[in-house]
Amino acid sequence: MQIQTTLPQATGNRPEAKAKMAARNVRMYYGEKLALKGIDLDVRDREVTALIGPSGCGKSTFLRCLNRMNDVIEGARVEGQITLDGKDIYDRSIDVVQLRARVGMVFQKPNPFPKSIYENVAYGPKIHGLARSRDDLDKIVESSLMKAGLWEEVKSRLQESGTSLSGGQQQRLCIARAIAVSPEVILMDEPCSALDPIATARIEELIDELRTNFTIVIVTHSMQQAARVSQRTAFFHLGDLVEVGETAQIFTNPRDDRTQGYITGRFG
Amino acid sequence: MPTNDHIVKSFDVELDDLSAKLVQMGGMVEAELQEAIAAFQQRNTRRAEQVIAADVKVDQLYEAVDQQVVRMLALRQPMASDLRRIVSSLRISSDLERVGDYAANVAKRTIALNQVQMIRPQSGIPALGRLVQELLKEILDAMADNDPAKCLDVRARDEHVDELYNSVFRELLTYMMEDPRNITATTHILFIAKNLERIGDHATNIAETLHYAITGVPLREARPKSDVTSLTLVDPGTGDTIVAGRADGDKP
Repeated sequence: MQIQTTLPQATGNRPEAKAKMAARNVRMYYGEKLALKGIDLDVRDREVTALIGPSGCGKSTFLRCLNRMNDVIEGARVEGQITLDGKDIYDRSIDVVQLRARVGMVFQKPNPFPKSIYENVAYGPKIHGLARSRDDLDKIVESSLMKAGLWEEVKSRLQESGTSLSGGQQQRLCIARAIAVSPEVILMDEPCSALDPIATARIEELIDELRTNFTIVIVTHSMQQAARVSQRTAFFHLGDLVEVGETAQIFTNPRDDRTQGYITGRFG
Repeated sequence: MPTNDHIVKSFDVELDDLSAKLVQMGGMVEAELQEAIAAFQQRNTRRAEQVIAADVKVDQLYEAVDQQVVRMLALRQPMASDLRRIVSSLRISSDLERVGDYAANVAKRTIALNQVQMIRPQSGIPALGRLVQELLKEILDAMADNDPAKCLDVRARDEHVDELYNSVFRELLTYMMEDPRNITATTHILFIAKNLERIGDHATNIAETLHYAITGVPLREARPKSDVTSLTLVDPGTGDTIVAGRADGDKP
């Protein structure tokens, strides 16, 4: 390239945008193996941040650092700092169960409990003591299923097993379950990879609605999905955060050759 | 722009094919323009007719590019540099198609001019033609070389086209003033000059589109514009040409 561009370097960090969660120099080891090599990333409040990159790039590992899901993996060690509303989530004073209520998670494969639809959603609020009465609990279940766009389809069969639903419905049930404990951040790890295009479109529409109330971080292998649902996109490669920026910028004019190579379907 | 190949090889084949079509279109309109200017200078009706016939092929190629771009957008869902390149191809082919139309119009008017008494030797048109041909050639080279510097150069040089067009415009006005019998021929020549000036504008459009395709950086600032013919008048008393709204009279 023979001319200098005048665009600012895309760090993706607008100083005026409020960060709900912030990662600073996050290094993550699985035993001796360094899986994340010093990640700096702001997750903005009430926006969808998409994490993309080839398999093994560290995007799911990073996602799991955000609610300390890696704590349970033997030999896993996290260095650096991750804050939620400015408070270090790896601080000794943090109650991990409480943290995971504030930072909920939806997994790749829908994993409803082998219980009724009602119980699937009511379980979280019950153990966190969010409902004072049966009436309260009913309301939480209803509103969570409404927000997850599932209420109309299941309101007459709340006592049927969650596993009797279709794949797309099960995933929306899992989203309702995550919402039921009033989280602030929802982490989604390839939430549509097991779903057909129509069910995927419903989840994407749901994500778009949810972002008015929640901060969402989504890991996806589908770049079209990242482009459709997110406001910001972060590209991970070999444990590095290569580039983060406004989604439209990343998909029309990425700054880094590795991002370019990956999203255009060339060898990295 | 990354030059390494896509994992899906047929995508590269389609992209190469798209580029080949644009290069072919570029070569065809370049030849059309050259022939149209030569036909004008030589008052050669047969050559002019060949230009008009050749333009049909350019239009067909434009249709083919249009269909291929829509198909690639639908089937490949291109991203980043691929997306810029494919969308830019559509715009560039549209500009090239217009260049072909203007060249064909120069040829048509040449045929009409050959039916009437020629006015004085026209030095302005060949000079304007040469300049526009140079711009077109340079922008086609820039396309072949993926060279954004050439894009900036073409864009800057369009100002010279405008300046030359202004002077041709004024010259033609004086011929009309001298003798109303010149008006038919002069009007055709005026349109020929306008066609050439528009070709310069399309070369500039291509320069801007190509610059964005290669670098991802749109050229936002207004380009230099020197065409003042829209404001040019003749003073009926003195016969001087003046530019409306300008205090310094006929100095554009």
